Amino acid sequence: MAQAGTLEIQHLRKNYAVNGATLNVLENINLSIRPGEFITIVGASGCGKSTLLRLIIGLDTQYDGDIFLDGRRIRDTGLDRGIVFQEHRLFPWLTVRKNIETGLLNNTRFSEAEKEASVRAHIELVGLQGFESAYPHQLSGGMSQRVAIARALVNRPEVLLLDEPFGALDAFTRHFLQDELLRISSEEGITMVLVTHDIEEAIYLADRVVVMQPRPGRIRRVVDIDLPRPRPRNSEAFARYKDDLLKDFSVGEHPEEILAGNIEQPA
Amino acid sequence: MSTLRKALPGFPLSGFDYRALVLPVFFVAFWALAHGVGWVDTRLIPSPLGVVKTAWGSIFAEDFLPGLWGSLYRDVSGFVIGGLFGVATGVALGLSRWLDAAFNPALNALKQISLFAWLPLITSWFGYDDGAKILFIAASTFYPVAVNTFEGVRGVTRQHLEVARVFRFSRTQLIFRLLLPAAAPRILTGLQMGLVFAWLATIGSEFLLANWGNGLGNIIIHGREALDVGLVIWGLIIVGIVGSLLNRLARRAESRLLGWRGTA
Ligand SMILES: Nc1ncnc2c1ncn2[C@@H]1O[C@H](COP(=O)(O)OP(=O)(O)OP(=O)(O)O)[C@@H](O)[C@H]1O
Ligand SMILES: [Mg+2]
Repeated sequence: MAQAGTLEIQHLRKNYAVNGATLNVLENINLSIRPGEFITIVGASGCGKSTLLRLIIGLDTQYDGDIFLDGRRIRDTGLDRGIVFQEHRLFPWLTVRKNIETGLLNNTRFSEAEKEASVRAHIELVGLQGFESAYPHQLSGGMSQRVAIARALVNRPEVLLLDEPFGALDAFTRHFLQDELLRISSEEGITMVLVTHDIEEAIYLADRVVVMQPRPGRIRRVVDIDLPRPRPRNSEAFARYKDDLLKDFSVGEHPEEILAGNIEQPA
Repeated sequence: MSTLRKALPGFPLSGFDYRALVLPVFFVAFWALAHGVGWVDTRLIPSPLGVVKTAWGSIFAEDFLPGLWGSLYRDVSGFVIGGLFGVATGVALGLSRWLDAAFNPALNALKQISLFAWLPLITSWFGYDDGAKILFIAASTFYPVAVNTFEGVRGVTRQHLEVARVFRFSRTQLIFRLLLPAAAPRILTGLQMGLVFAWLATIGSEFLLANWGNGLGNIIIHGREALDVGLVIWGLIIVGIVGSLLNRLARRAESRLLGWRGTA
């Protein structure tokens, strides 16, 4: 079983230089994520959610403040963190199995036997037995995204980051994968950080929902979701959380953003 | 034709589309007719049967098989060398902004020079033997392969490059596990063009250096010098057949290598 990671984000600020001007994308982000916790992040488009994940995964190391994983400052990408992007990003020339094995290429912790066992276990975990030698073009969107999840998990990382992983999927597949994610999270005990535009998804999955707001991107508030799992989406308590969170996106609060088309209309 | 194909299940050319034969058969029939009726000067244009006779005879002539073999040998050697250098150069330029800036303008300028214009330079430096011809063929293959590989590597998406970084690919892994496979469709396009260019260069160099070495090109030129039009035509037919067989082979290798793209 993977050891779950502790993420500590302190006074994080991120600027982009755009045409000579400085764009303050993240401002004073402070967040402590406990090992094994499931965090979801919601917020208007452009408030820096993807940027935050890119900083945690280590694809972008130009920032002020600190991000610690188990007390070590993040300086680069590392196999202790896995990520699932909005698009599956599989290599189309590799089969399902080879795509998942790609994650293990530079894994020095596992023996060959452990690698093999991990690949098999994760193919099973995402329910793709029988599709090991299929190519990505032969898979549906939901299946591809499950391969991407298996590829991200195959190193047994301490933290799994997910950037709107189900955004492009139909409701049925989305619900199915949400349940799989919860199962994976409890089976593997990994710390999870998932970005979503879907408030319902955020509540359904999270121990805590982080609400961000734009210009500059910052944390507006953090909402504890105090509901036992599984969570019926139509329960009264669920609806109360939904109403509460939707207030942060209420129409009329940021008219300029609505005009700019930057705000997500709650569905 | 489909009934014929059904009737002959184990026919060696199954999968061959017989409609491809319509034009050649029609052409040969017309040729035979033109010859028989006397529409053409029979000293300049032999009958199809005459060409077949020449062909049959030439196969047993002492220079034919070594010539065919020599042409193929130089073609394949030059193609392999030029292809390898082309892929390596394309990857290097695609990978390194510095190399790209340093070498691409020069390579683009060199591209403007017709390949055959290099032949005098190559022969004055390297002489007239196989080595010089192979170098020329390699140079002909090099360009389309290098250019297409470069474009293919440039086309690798940022998204996939980020995956490589997340999984901490080394430079070697980046090249062999991402850049080359992702660029494979373009590289294979380049190699197919390279194969055509190589065969053109093979025969072309034999035409231009007809008095040195032995190859199909030499045989054709010598046939012309001996006013043996039948031999010239037979030589052209062989050049065409070998060229299209090489392309068929390449096409087959391509569809095998790019099976992951599906039927799209
Ligand atoms: N490489 C970059 N260079 C300059 N600006 C960038 C860059 N990447 C992102 N930005 C800007 O940073 C801001 C935050 O972008 P980010 O992608 O993190 O937002 P997001 O919250 O993920 O939005 P969405 O919900 O639409 O995915 C945006 O204004 C964007 O234009
Ligand atoms: Mg985003």
